[in-house]
Amino acid sequence: MMKQRRKRRKVGGCIGWTVAWLAAALVLFSLADMVYTILWNGIKSFRISMLFTITSGNAGGLENAILGTLYLIVLSIIIAAPLGILGGIYVSEFASSRIAGVIRFLTEVLSGVPSIVIGYFGYLFMVLRWGWGFSALAGGIALTIIMLPYILRTTESSLMQVPMAQREAAWGLGMTRFQAVTKVIWRPAAGGIATGVLLAVAIGLGETAPLLYTAGWSTYNPSLALTHHQIGYLTYIVWSYIDMPYTESHALAYSAAFVLLMVILFIHLVVRAIVQRTMVKH
Amino acid sequence: MRKVSSASKTADKVFRVATGLCASSPVLFLVAIGIVVFIESVPSIKFMGWHFLTGTQWNLGDMYGNLEVKNGVSAPAGATYGALPYIVGTLASSVIALLIAVPVAIFTAIILAYRVRGPVKTVLSILVELLAGIPSVVFGLWGVIVLAPWVAQFFGPLLTHLGVVIPFFRGPVGTGMGLLSSGLILALMIVPIITATTRDLLEQVPILYREGGIGLGMTNWEVVRKICLPYVKDGLIGAVALGWGRAMGETMAVLMVSGSAINYLPHSIFSPISTMAAVIADQLDSALTDATHLAVHALAELALVLMLLTLITNFLARWLVHRGGQRVRSGVRA
Repeated sequence: MMKQRRKRRKVGGCIGWTVAWLAAALVLFSLADMVYTILWNGIKSFRISMLFTITSGNAGGLENAILGTLYLIVLSIIIAAPLGILGGIYVSEFASSRIAGVIRFLTEVLSGVPSIVIGYFGYLFMVLRWGWGFSALAGGIALTIIMLPYILRTTESSLMQVPMAQREAAWGLGMTRFQAVTKVIWRPAAGGIATGVLLAVAIGLGETAPLLYTAGWSTYNPSLALTHHQIGYLTYIVWSYIDMPYTESHALAYSAAFVLLMVILFIHLVVRAIVQRTMVKH
Repeated sequence: MRKVSSASKTADKVFRVATGLCASSPVLFLVAIGIVVFIESVPSIKFMGWHFLTGTQWNLGDMYGNLEVKNGVSAPAGATYGALPYIVGTLASSVIALLIAVPVAIFTAIILAYRVRGPVKTVLSILVELLAGIPSVVFGLWGVIVLAPWVAQFFGPLLTHLGVVIPFFRGPVGTGMGLLSSGLILALMIVPIITATTRDLLEQVPILYREGGIGLGMTNWEVVRKICLPYVKDGLIGAVALGWGRAMGETMAVLMVSGSAINYLPHSIFSPISTMAAVIADQLDSALTDATHLAVHALAELALVLMLLTLITNFLARWLVHRGGQRVRSGVRA
């Protein structure tokens, strides 16, 4: 009786751990298969010349989409980074705990708003109401709304990790809070803030839904015009060219996904390096 | 003693106001999104009333015919906007995703928290984070070229054997683009979110509790099952709700593998579906042809419903995670 019970518990444990390992293996396998599929198809179909030709007809190159993506990212980071970093400074350095709590909560709520809703908001408000048309600025602001919560949150949490004693030392030297932040406190937090901005860039690179009806799509290289000119971006190619019945269109979609994945993997590596370096320093 | 100069005092004040304005920008964006989407959906709310939520036909009407006026809103003749298939599609695909993702994520988190350490743990954690960073179109691409054919040729036919017991699993399997594939893709997308949160929670379980369990003669597994999981229950439910919100709002991956069914309630797990997010992305082109703009307003109402659903699950999730976190923290102190 006792023996049986002991055996049952042992077997139960074995089953439990086996299932747990299998689940972990399943997750890793899916990730590996996805990365492998994209890399394999990407390498097969990617040509260096694609970087210097624009999309035309069923295929062509990626130049317009790459430049467009860069332009959109630069635009959105120009708006989102100052807003997010300064906002994070306010929440961590100036706000009372109650206001900080409210802002933190609403920021998280904003990051939970589906990206297509943000895109549709951009369409209704900027494209129609303000009459910008499908344009770089509308797409950039839609991306800003996606990035802002990440930048604000990472800035705030990396500032929060700076020890109070450093602030008190700065204030003790007669610095105002402004001087303390700009001369002392930001230094230990800089790595964290940089990773936040980089991760926001990675997120922005991969977004499609908020751009569909704000940035539009164009097969020409982007002009620097902010409004009334549609602009191409990489994720659009992945989405629409895989639906076409032609092999060369599929090849273009694979290549676009390949380029995207490479850039995003690279950003994640850089972020890791920064995190490791700051961790070693402390 | 040197006094703080008035210039730096002013600079301090200006800086405080400037940062305060920046900090309020997420709030402003949130309010602006809510107000704009609501105002734009008013004509559609007036036109359809509650039938928007219960109707199953999404029909833009006869664009070239006469306009009809109903409830003070003019629309193309025969226009009707029923969102039920998309609400059902959103809920069904996200619930399937949860049914798959929650056990997988919890088990993975248990492994990450208790079974690996050192560099292996770091690498595995990075890989799981990486999964969260992959763009949704890439998930969609993988879904189209790998997952959907696999479902159509292998997994689907396997599941149809269960159709004898559960009618919902009955075939035909079709192209593989449908409810099941959407659910699987969504599951993969929310696994990293739930895993990361659960791992953090599990690592906060006080070591004394676990040692107590071992001391009572529990096996390793029983400690996890009967002490650790109940301990993090609240936070866990929060993590699940967070994943649910994400699954409901996901657009591109679902749009690519769902089969984009219009006006069609799913009959089986292989039926093509559409979710609210996918319909908004998919239908705007045709909505633009509506001269009365009512179709655009109807899509705005769809966005409003979607936003409310995700906001509710998000509120719930934050509240539960917060409550769970607080209890865990007080546990560490004790």
